[in-house]
Amino acid sequence: MQYVQQALFVLLSAAAIWLFTKKAGEIRRNILLGKDEDLSDNPSLRFKNLLLLALGQKKMFKNPLVALMHFVIYAGFIIINLEVLEIVLDGLLGKHRLFAPLLGPLYNWLINGFEFLAVGVIFVCVVFLCRRNIIKLKRFIHKDLNGWPRSDANYILLTEIILMSLFLTMNATDQVLQANGNEHYHQTGSFFFSNLLTPLFIGDSNSSLMAIERTCWWLHIAGIFAFLNYLPYSKHLHIMLAFPNAYYARLEVPGKMKNMPAVQNEVLYAMQPETAPTDAAPPARFGAKDIFDLSWKNLLDAYSCTECGRCTASCPANITGKLLSPRKIMMATRDRMEDVGRNINVNKHFVDDSKSLLHDYISIEELRACTTCNACVEACPVSISPLEIIAELRRSLIMEESNAPQEWNGTFSNIENNFAPWKFSPDDRDKWAEEMNR
Amino acid sequence: MKVNTMAEMMMNGESPEILFWVGCAGSFDQRAQKITKAFASILDKVGYKYAILGKEEACTGDPARRAGNEFLFQMMAYQNIQVLNGYGIKKIVTTCPHCFNTLKNEYPELGGTYEVIHHTTLLQQLIDEGRIKLKEGGSFKGKKISYHDSCYLGRANNIYEAPRKVLEALDAELIEMKRCKTNGLCCGAGGAQMFKEDEPGDKRINIERTDEALATGAAFIASACPFCNTMMTDGVKNREMENEVGVLDIAEMIAASME
Repeated sequence: MQYVQQALFVLLSAAAIWLFTKKAGEIRRNILLGKDEDLSDNPSLRFKNLLLLALGQKKMFKNPLVALMHFVIYAGFIIINLEVLEIVLDGLLGKHRLFAPLLGPLYNWLINGFEFLAVGVIFVCVVFLCRRNIIKLKRFIHKDLNGWPRSDANYILLTEIILMSLFLTMNATDQVLQANGNEHYHQTGSFFFSNLLTPLFIGDSNSSLMAIERTCWWLHIAGIFAFLNYLPYSKHLHIMLAFPNAYYARLEVPGKMKNMPAVQNEVLYAMQPETAPTDAAPPARFGAKDIFDLSWKNLLDAYSCTECGRCTASCPANITGKLLSPRKIMMATRDRMEDVGRNINVNKHFVDDSKSLLHDYISIEELRACTTCNACVEACPVSISPLEIIAELRRSLIMEESNAPQEWNGTFSNIENNFAPWKFSPDDRDKWAEEMNR
Repeated sequence: MKVNTMAEMMMNGESPEILFWVGCAGSFDQRAQKITKAFASILDKVGYKYAILGKEEACTGDPARRAGNEFLFQMMAYQNIQVLNGYGIKKIVTTCPHCFNTLKNEYPELGGTYEVIHHTTLLQQLIDEGRIKLKEGGSFKGKKISYHDSCYLGRANNIYEAPRKVLEALDAELIEMKRCKTNGLCCGAGGAQMFKEDEPGDKRINIERTDEALATGAAFIASACPFCNTMMTDGVKNREMENEVGVLDIAEMIAASME
């Protein structure tokens, strides 16, 4: 019987890891559909960003209470996963609480710590469910999240509650079994929180207790494996990608827009024809029409987004009822990547589907509403820049499609001919100075 | 007073300590011209040797670049860098955060590297050095002032303190709006929005921001950007509060308070 369980466990683990690795590979492939961009400079500063922004969740602390609650889930989740190490080893080796005899009193202390965190995680998940479904915070009931994204968020919170409850129930039955003197269940000392649950199980027969204990154990680990494989399809992927995303965050001041060396050279060659190489080929594409034209970092951004909506809540356009929502820009980019990824899975390589990120996923009206104020960039806890994507799509609209509102065309021609966005004579530029000189 | 152009200075064999980059709004917009004049008069009063490019100055290309017209931006940048490098310009001050951002952050990789400072930073330096002397009991003493952060100064370039330090020197009571500093709300002008109608929505951004500023009960809204100034001025007029609340650039406040 024991060997069957061990074999089953090995099978389950292998399947879970294989599935996850396969999907992670697809995500990596999708991200690398973007253009190359070297972001390996200044590793020490990048490492600092990783520590501060991802590990330390610095930006979350703009709202300390929420940050604290989020930190409980996050720390709880990571630290309790140390317990998974024991579970996995137990499963593989057919042992029970492998570490208990090795660690002695420390083991009791550790599990008590995990239980404390588990209770914290359950509490915070309940609060977060309330914020989403009862208090109905504006950024959570926003139309961006209609349908699957809203359910996704709730599923994650519910799963965490279930996983933590299984862990506590498992420990509670374990303690009753210990008290009953079942030799397979080592004495570990009492665990504070699960001990509170033991009255529910006292009086049950050893066999039913063991059945409950084993079921919780299996469901807990199976749940964790299922959760692992749910991540790549969920907004919750941020628990992994926030780290590389913080590391590769842009280090320049937010005000600086990405240069287009190809256009810079075109202008240089026009002004100084002698500098033009004879074989200068014009750039293939200006700005970004589809995900292939964006940088891989923009695409990593999209997979790192957990749809919290802080960007949208701070966006002046969105606040005043415009169509633009920076969160939706990120969600649309990820949707497009997923569609392209499926296309590649089916056809081995991308086959044109006569769609593009611009127009089919993100509309002109959204792009036109952006004031480039960087509020979304500032608000993002995981170093995403919706603004970079907006700017690249705008470049495509103007330079590839000559698609500008009438007023902008006037502005452009004024800048070109009068050297100012308004139709004033360049001769009047220093009129104010003449008035002062009088 | 005499406002010299670079060309005039060169002719007289002189070179200025700093180039005052006026910007299109500061040059042509009637409201913004007042800011330009106020700042020029401050420089003149403290004896700072400066010059302007005059007719040789052109749009930095910021609105074109933000709108998506990189070609036009690169053309403007090329022209301006030719002129600036031609005069051997080392240091630039500007009253426009958009020009500031472009000159400081975007021209270097195109071949135009200068020390660029915003006028609020220069004003703070001049006050700290004692070169700007403010009247005892100036007209802003004890008055409530709310400073509106310009996105291109604040989030874009991380300058939050200089404008506030300058305002503190006025002995005024600084009141922050709910959304300030890194959380500051845009006035609605950036990203070339200034030059087109709003997209469909239920409120104008400048009205949203003005309402927030008015809610502080401040007698003055201080700005550090000619575009913010226009947006907030329009907002205050829209709310028919122009007789109660003034919208002034920090340079105008200092110019009015100097000995």
